[in-house]
Amino acid sequence: MTAAVETDTAIGKPIRRKEDAHLLHGQTNWTDNIQLPGTVHMAILRSPMAHAKITKLDVSGALKQPGVVAAYGAKELGDLNGGVPCVWPVTDDIKMPAFPALAIDKVRQVGDCVAVVLATSVAAAVDALDSIVVSYEQLPAVTDMEAALGSGSALVHDEIETNACYVYKMPCGDYEASRAKADVVVARRFINQRLIPTFMEPRSVVAAPMGMSDEITIWSATQIPHVLRVLLALVTGIPENNLRVVAPDVGGGFGGKLQCYREEILVTNLAKKLGRPVKWTETRSENLVATHHGRDQIQDIEIAATKDGKILGLKVTLLANMGAYLQIITPGVPLLGMFMYPAIYKMDSYDFTCTGVFTNKTPTDAYRGAGRPESTYAIERIVDELAAEIGMEPMELRKKNWIKHEEFPFTTVAGLTYDTGNYEAATEKALAMFDYDGLRAEQAQRRASGDPVQLGIGISTFTEMCGLAPSRTLGALKYVAGGWEHCTVRALPTGKIEVVTGTSPHGQGHETAWSQIASSILGVPVEDIEVIHSDTGRAPYGMDTYGSRSLAVGGQAIKAASERLVEKARVIAAHQLECSASDLEFVNGSFQVKGDPSKSQALGAVAFEAFTAHNLPPGVEPTLQAEATIDPEDFSYPHGTHLAALEVDTETGQVKLRKYVCVDDVGMQVNPMIVEGQVHGGVAQGIAQALFEGAEYDDDGNLLTASLADYLIPSAADLPSFETGSTVTPSTTHPLGTKGVGEAGTIASTPAIINGIVDALRHLGVTDVAMPAAPQTVWRAIQTAKGGAK
Amino acid sequence: MIPVEFDYVKATSIDQALAALKSGGEDSKIISGGQSLLPVLRLRMAEPSVLVDCGGIDEMLGVRDDGDSITIGAATTHHGVMSNSLVQKHALLLAQATATVADPAIRHRGTTGGALAHADPASDIPAAALALDTSFVIAGPGGRRTVAAKDFFLDYFTTAVGPDEILVSFSIPKCDWGSSYSKFNRTAQAWAIVGVAAVVNVQGGVIKEARIGLTNMAPTAVRASTVEAALVGASSPADITAAAMHAADGTRATSDLHAQADYREHLARVITARAVRAASGI
Ligand SMILES: Cc1cc2nc3c(=O)[nH]c(=O)nc-3n(C[C@H](O)[C@H](O)[C@H](O)COP(=O)(O)OP(=O)(O)OC[C@H]3O[C@@H](n4cnc5c(N)ncnc54)[C@H](O)[C@@H]3O)c2cc1C
Repeated sequence: MTAAVETDTAIGKPIRRKEDAHLLHGQTNWTDNIQLPGTVHMAILRSPMAHAKITKLDVSGALKQPGVVAAYGAKELGDLNGGVPCVWPVTDDIKMPAFPALAIDKVRQVGDCVAVVLATSVAAAVDALDSIVVSYEQLPAVTDMEAALGSGSALVHDEIETNACYVYKMPCGDYEASRAKADVVVARRFINQRLIPTFMEPRSVVAAPMGMSDEITIWSATQIPHVLRVLLALVTGIPENNLRVVAPDVGGGFGGKLQCYREEILVTNLAKKLGRPVKWTETRSENLVATHHGRDQIQDIEIAATKDGKILGLKVTLLANMGAYLQIITPGVPLLGMFMYPAIYKMDSYDFTCTGVFTNKTPTDAYRGAGRPESTYAIERIVDELAAEIGMEPMELRKKNWIKHEEFPFTTVAGLTYDTGNYEAATEKALAMFDYDGLRAEQAQRRASGDPVQLGIGISTFTEMCGLAPSRTLGALKYVAGGWEHCTVRALPTGKIEVVTGTSPHGQGHETAWSQIASSILGVPVEDIEVIHSDTGRAPYGMDTYGSRSLAVGGQAIKAASERLVEKARVIAAHQLECSASDLEFVNGSFQVKGDPSKSQALGAVAFEAFTAHNLPPGVEPTLQAEATIDPEDFSYPHGTHLAALEVDTETGQVKLRKYVCVDDVGMQVNPMIVEGQVHGGVAQGIAQALFEGAEYDDDGNLLTASLADYLIPSAADLPSFETGSTVTPSTTHPLGTKGVGEAGTIASTPAIINGIVDALRHLGVTDVAMPAAPQTVWRAIQTAKGGAK
Repeated sequence: MIPVEFDYVKATSIDQALAALKSGGEDSKIISGGQSLLPVLRLRMAEPSVLVDCGGIDEMLGVRDDGDSITIGAATTHHGVMSNSLVQKHALLLAQATATVADPAIRHRGTTGGALAHADPASDIPAAALALDTSFVIAGPGGRRTVAAKDFFLDYFTTAVGPDEILVSFSIPKCDWGSSYSKFNRTAQAWAIVGVAAVVNVQGGVIKEARIGLTNMAPTAVRASTVEAALVGASSPADITAAAMHAADGTRATSDLHAQADYREHLARVITARAVRAASGI
């Protein structure tokens, strides 16, 4: 860990994003824009039922339709009906039912794939779906997690004889002892509702045999080209060396494109079988029902404390909805939250139990925050409830229990060691920006006057663990892959730089930020650096982008590879300048002889020497490049304080967000403008869970929020201008001092909103409001508290 | 999704459009802005064989002054309607309601006449049209006829315009009363859970007459006639609130994802009071 940045530094500057010009000018290369000669288009017949036996399936009619090249049900597909993989068997006795790409004999969710048609145009393929004959015998749908675990429930998977996927326990300390000692025990049930990722660019995949070799290239709107390549090789049996996966421009993901989807398996297998390019792009209707969903937990939370507000212990009992099948990390998502229920608070004991439950709904998996939004919501809500119970100001209660800045590094009751943090500083700054005291005074005045519009103040003092991360730890949790990241830095003969990264951006701005890191170390201007990513043919090693890991892990690899490149170049430069390597200092991209600045050689000139190789020192190989693969010491732990002021119209239940202040500590910031963008988007997405979004099913397992007219995602018009600030407490386990920021806003904001609504209404007797806090929901909570009907 | 294959006719006269509708038979449909029709086609909830585009028929475009009333061509876009000075001066309520429709992109494509002909119970335009005593000019194989607002909206997505007919224009008697369209929805671009269109004639601080249309409280937009009657003579907020208590009388509110019927009824009362207060300045 040498000192990072000595030369002119691009790090820390709010440079405009390199990648935006082509996005704004419509020059993007989305997967669906890829048009290869001879392409056949795939259309999918999906199940309209949540749970049914397929009593008849005949695809032959489709084959007679114009333009149709092939049609398959599971039977016709045979060996090519690959199974969707799950790489996180969280317990030894977890039940992992098969998940064939095309349903065999039974459908288990609305949107299950039943048959596919391939035709020379999308229209022909879609038209021909009507000619497939299929009959179903409807079975009772399993939609309620508690009922699913009861005896007598219908079974989603008959062969495993239960709807319980797994039970995971993590007892830390003696919770019963804490409970016995406690003056107060507050218990609540929170519902962390099901969400749909709704990224802007729908999923799309094209696979094409490349002709001149056995290679099949797969372009997919994915977050994980590297991992996908490995998984597709395992699932399809096509040798890994014959697969190249490219993620072209990808329009958002939020975890929803962290997957090896059945459609990707089908398209790959069928391209190989038919020997021609196969393409599939989902419609928005398919997107809502067949892209994995997120959240969906029932959380029973109990907190034990003394009457003066010292937290003693926490008990968390979860039911986590897996949906109909396990996908890539479906069972593991709740465990990503498991460590974080104790959050920023010190306590003696913590008891965690999670039961994964199968239902006839779309499978769940990672969605922005993955497990930590759920844990943060629960702890920040229950802390507010505890404060109300003992009559203590909610911020005072937090201060009394949080880890003080001088106590870091701190090992929590859940066994994690937080390297650094300064909750006091972030909170102090947020309170000042917010005018906390002024708003509390207004709140008191509105209460006193019985104003129909009440004011609420919501607090969320969060931390999270991100930057997935130490391979050893992931292994201990039975996660099948590692958490390292790779970078190759190449100095080209003309002095330009290629940074080849294993991260796979889909909107985050890696090209800019990675250039800034390399520029700072190499002294080469940002515009002379090309970041190559998301193509296993050009960037062969990587673990891709999710879990706020790209900078926290990948950024370190760029730093290390860039530093190695400088050291390699130094040897060549010393040879050219006829001095010893230790006599050289590297300043602004140039090697200078100490004490004699007239004798120098720029990095570009060194690269040219390495290219011609006419005069290299003995033992030095031609070309100038360096690699680094970094496996971080630990996760990173961003934190912050988010404050919301909301007006609640008690006559209609409508909530208006008036002010939102957040101070995030994400450590060292490579590009503060990108950090701010991530915070804004994240906060909006977390607010969306609190106020707007929620996947609703009926008792037959039909998705009711099956279009964007019913699944409400907010726009800028629905949100106030966020006031963002930051404190900088560098991570000590990450050499750049950075922590992740991709998910922080989403994790933090949801409880701030609900705490604010409850705060506005607590004097009316309201102690909880379900999410999303739609006007009707809030209005009914008020009516119930008033003792009225409903 | 992708619609089924269809023929497309861009008509330049009403007669040509009527002929195209006729030759297409039962399956033919008018397309105006396509903002309601295209989603229906893409979901394959309708599979027409011919689409007849009326966007090129001069008579159906723009707003004209007819003395006591203004007449709006059915193919005028929402944006064209809400930004028109005649509408703003003589039928402000319509401009107010139109401004709440969806977002600017949709308002530049979708047409106000299309919204009226489509007659979605959640659409904002029909309630305003009712409150403004609009009349409708319909052309068909047998010639033209004029239909009053109260006879125009028949049922869910059903109006007096027959399958072989075209809504040519609609006329609004000039109205200089105070007006307000109050829309209650969950996000800025969402459809109304409930909407209230109110025009109120106030003289000397007292309400002389009021006309109120309700959005999404029945299979069609409806007038809140009990409230209208109760408002005559109202001169205080308390009077208005009391009158508005009748807002759900005679309605047939339904339950959906965003609101159960009882909550809709409650909202109708609260929002009606607010709309009348805003329109009357009381
Ligand atoms: C995302 C979204 C949000 C929306 N939100 C709202 C909202 O909040 N409030 C609201 O009021 N509306 C909303 N709309 C609908 C919008 O107002 C449409 O513009 C309107 O409903 C239809 O107008 P159009 O010109 O697009 O008609 P089209 O879609 O072209 O046609 C609709 C129907 O009317 C028939 N039709 C059209 N013109 C005529 C005519 N001249 N004669 C006879 N029949 C005709 C068509 O055959 C078709 O059946 C929304 C639409 C979208 C896509």
